[in-house]
Amino acid sequence: MNLSPSDIEAIALSMKIAVSATLISLPTGFAVAGLLVFGKFRGKVLLEVLVNLPLTLPPVVIGYFLLLLLGKHGWAGSALRTMGIEIIFTWKAAVIASATVGFPLLVRSIRLGMESIDRQLLQASRSLGAPWYDTLATIVLPLSFRGMLAGSSLMFARSLGEFGATIIVAGNIPGVTQTIPLAIYEYASSPTGTSMALSLCLVSVILSVAILFVHEGIGKKLEHGRGS
Amino acid sequence: MILRIDIEKTLGEFSLKMKSEISGERIGIFGASGSGKSTLVHLIAGLLHPDSGELYLDDACLYSGRKSINLSPEQRRIALVFQQAMLFPHLGVKANLLYGYKRCRPEHRKITPEALTKVLNLEHLLDRGVGNLSGGEKQRVALGRAVLANPRLLVMDEPLSALDDSLRYQIIPYLRSVSEEFRIPYIFISHSITEMQLMTDRVLVVQNGRISGVSTPDELARANMSVSPHGYMNLLRLKDPVMQEGLFHYPWGNGSLIVSYGRLEGESLFELSSRDIILFKKNPEAISARNLIECRVAEIFDSGGRKGVVLESGTQKLVAEIVRTAAEELEISPGATLFAAVKASSFRLLG
Repeated sequence: MNLSPSDIEAIALSMKIAVSATLISLPTGFAVAGLLVFGKFRGKVLLEVLVNLPLTLPPVVIGYFLLLLLGKHGWAGSALRTMGIEIIFTWKAAVIASATVGFPLLVRSIRLGMESIDRQLLQASRSLGAPWYDTLATIVLPLSFRGMLAGSSLMFARSLGEFGATIIVAGNIPGVTQTIPLAIYEYASSPTGTSMALSLCLVSVILSVAILFVHEGIGKKLEHGRGS
Repeated sequence: MILRIDIEKTLGEFSLKMKSEISGERIGIFGASGSGKSTLVHLIAGLLHPDSGELYLDDACLYSGRKSINLSPEQRRIALVFQQAMLFPHLGVKANLLYGYKRCRPEHRKITPEALTKVLNLEHLLDRGVGNLSGGEKQRVALGRAVLANPRLLVMDEPLSALDDSLRYQIIPYLRSVSEEFRIPYIFISHSITEMQLMTDRVLVVQNGRISGVSTPDELARANMSVSPHGYMNLLRLKDPVMQEGLFHYPWGNGSLIVSYGRLEGESLFELSSRDIILFKKNPEAISARNLIECRVAEIFDSGGRKGVVLESGTQKLVAEIVRTAAEELEISPGATLFAAVKASSFRLLG
């Protein structure tokens, strides 16, 4: 395997972006999944459509919308600028792009986990004196942990591979916003970069396999813990 | 405890409209599947909101549409025991038991974990996970968890229907001892008349989302005698038997009852169908049935097309079921003497 210092930077940046996007999205994903599973309110269908929209939209389109929103003249971008926060063409933009693209995968997995919880468990908890937020923390959260784990793994993997939206909002600046997929893209565009591209592809495969192993390992541990 | 219900609730095509006042410490709600029993329980516990009306438990208003009062489930302090034990799968037995106790205000903590685990015989299960408990153990833990929340009312929604017969009658003594030991009033929901007879003093009969009446469990059993598949079930608590020729002779009434399958130690609960009792006007010379009991007719009642005959021997009573023509031929009238024949194998040991 032949990795240059900029490749190692790209790997580290990819990891940093994927971890940040997953951690930032988890609380929101849990709340949105909870709303969709247990909430009874008007506009639930609209929320569902909005949450799932990034799944059906091309990532480049998502990136373009984010650029419009976070750019110099964008609604959020200009507001952040007045506070001295610059997002576009920084690693933070890549985090937002990854979080947006991976969010539906995270919500869907947590939602599946929550839907598998027997409602009578929640009723039992409430009747035993737990307010709704207590039930959420002590019953829903631990029982949907597998869903959260699956969602986090999917989101982490999706973030590692994110390309379309990232290149629009974060660009492809080596050492600043260049992630593994963007570095592979650059090597693939150059006639001498084949072996370097292959090395990064191999790193991607190793990381993906590692995520799957960690996911399975924690899942099995949880299952074992419950039975005893 | 006094429960005042005056509520309406529509759920899809099902409409519930109930108005009643019932008092007692051991209340039953009886009705067929889909009659609205569980909906009523959910409304009482605050897990469903009525569309309108009022709901009072003693002097506390749980719900009033007029006064815009709707206490949340945790404010009502009404603990539920479900058909399935519904133990929290990620917690062990001890954590399940203490779930409600930890959330109970210190001034309400009258029942301690130590006392409860002793009454329910749970000491040896405390360090176990809930995944490897038997059905009966799970239901005992679920009952303990609800009781330890120190509720002002315990609601048991068909807690025995998921258990097989042998387990069911193993749990009933625990349910009764919890009620007697800790003096918690309860509502017991079931579609079994036998369970109503064993567990309750007053019964709210629910039919098609309406309360069709309030009665005693005995009145309920008598009213359903002709339509029930097993007739009226006589429940007999017998003890101190003597073994003779492989049969158990239990002291009962003015004589004894001979039973095929019993237990030498402690009190045993038997059921005997009203349809397994044969009545004779005069003492037959010889019959194969091992029990021939001389009784006095205490009462006769109608149930559908049948006649129920309440037979008395000493202080004990049995209900026999006969058709009208048999009643006429036997010339049954209150105070008359009859002979009741029962096979020793007709008694079913419940627990």
